[in-house]
Amino acid sequence: MSEVKVVDARNTFCPGPLMELISNMKHAKVGDVIELLSTDSGTANDVPEWVRKVGHEMVGTEQVGDTWHLKVRKAK
Amino acid sequence: MRILVVGGGTAGTILANNLARRLAAETRSGKVKLTMLSASDRHMYQPGLLYVAFGQMTPDQLYRDQAGLLEPNIEFHVDPVRQFVLDRKQVKTESGKTYEYDLLVIATGSRIVPEETPGLVEGAETFYTEAGAVRMFRRLREFQGGRVAVAVGVPHKCPIAPVEVMFSLHDYFKSRGIRDKVSLKYYYPINRIHTIENVAKWAKPEFDRLGIEYETLFNIREVDPVNRILKSEEGIDVEYDLLIVIPAHRGMEVIERDKLGDGGWIPTDRNKLTMNGRDDVYVLGDTANLPVSKTGSAAHFQAEVIAENIASIVKIGAPVRDYDGKIYCFIEAGHDRATYAMFNYMNPPDLKPPNKPMHWFKVAYNQMYWTSVRGLL
Ligand SMILES: Cc1cc2nc3c(=O)[nH]c(=O)nc-3n(C[C@H](O)[C@H](O)[C@H](O)COP(=O)(O)OP(=O)(O)OC[C@H]3O[C@@H](n4cnc5c(N)ncnc54)[C@H](O)[C@@H]3O)c2cc1C
Repeated sequence: MSEVKVVDARNTFCPGPLMELISNMKHAKVGDVIELLSTDSGTANDVPEWVRKVGHEMVGTEQVGDTWHLKVRKAK
Repeated sequence: MRILVVGGGTAGTILANNLARRLAAETRSGKVKLTMLSASDRHMYQPGLLYVAFGQMTPDQLYRDQAGLLEPNIEFHVDPVRQFVLDRKQVKTESGKTYEYDLLVIATGSRIVPEETPGLVEGAETFYTEAGAVRMFRRLREFQGGRVAVAVGVPHKCPIAPVEVMFSLHDYFKSRGIRDKVSLKYYYPINRIHTIENVAKWAKPEFDRLGIEYETLFNIREVDPVNRILKSEEGIDVEYDLLIVIPAHRGMEVIERDKLGDGGWIPTDRNKLTMNGRDDVYVLGDTANLPVSKTGSAAHFQAEVIAENIASIVKIGAPVRDYDGKIYCFIEAGHDRATYAMFNYMNPPDLKPPNKPMHWFKVAYNQMYWTSVRGLL
């Protein structure tokens, strides 16, 4: 069954939000969604750029207060 | 109170020694019993592997006898844990023993898993193990020129190592007089050359100046060792003559097997350093699923916080301090120069230009480490 997993990468510089996402994607199953939380404004561009290039799927981008919520579905 | 520390690496050793000193009276009176279980009777200074890979240290120089590093009021056994039974406050070991605890500390570290990437074991060199570092040095010595590719798996410990190895490779080939016959290229998983923005900003012009090429958004998918091709998740194929890889890591198998955390990374409160949902289990070092880099430095600062908190629990019934994400990392910048990155959860590092005294400080630290793990520094 597909799951949504929340990865909290708020207030962190290393390894940082995109690294955390890549790392969690590896252990996810095809169809799973990861919701990445980030307070780094660059993440809103960096994540979709990687997702596009690697061939996963963006399913949501939303800013609530200081926090970006980026939802990515593992596609392969 | 029975305090059980599992793991005798950087994190576990600093924590246990610091705690042993704080609780000297309590261990003497029998109020506290401090026990450490580890998987090895030796302790390795892992940052030294980078020097081994360039022929600047030999492997024997990286080790000390673990028992000799510990305070006398720590009972030490080489008896790896094979099962954590947290609901019963027990661990079971390889020798068949069961250890009970009131407070448990887990510091079992991480391991590389090159076997999970097709072709990597056959096709790539790595300096993240002793045998790997020695083999890499042999390959470097034989190398007469060609394309050197350096790629990085995710997640990995010591996030500064990828940058440092590039500077070391440049210096090494230059000292052999063959730098002009070698192309050096760096492949990094995210869209800048280092995950810490200020490190990326500093390293990029340094790479440009030294003729080190780079490609970003490159995640290793597989290696074709026969045709010497490195392939990325993003669909890029790279031909190489010598491939150096920092493989992806996982926590220890027992952590995954007992479902303490996916990938062997234990969900840990970022300030209290307790395992999520369990106030009687502390987690630190590489195996903690914290949003901080997996470094000896992080392990050190976490160990100080946990030691102070456990000692306070024994003495006044409550912990006193939070971990703020503090890290201090040296960055070897080549040509006998170094700088450092100091940061925490809230404040990014501000990088100073590299200088020679900082390099000599790092060289001195390679020895001072042994004072540090004794909890004296
Ligand atoms: C090449 C390289 C360069 C590095 N450079 C730096 C650097 O410059 N600066 C820096 O800060 N960090 C650096 N690091 C990272 C640093 O060495 C680690 O992050 C640090 O050692 C982590 O400490 P730890 O105690 O969590 O794990 P470790 O030090 O790896 O210790 C884990 C311990 O757990 C034990 N263990 C494992 N399984 C079990 C079990 N089942 N039961 C009981 N015990 C068990 C092991 O025997 C070991 O004693 C580098 C690492 C490498 C490989």
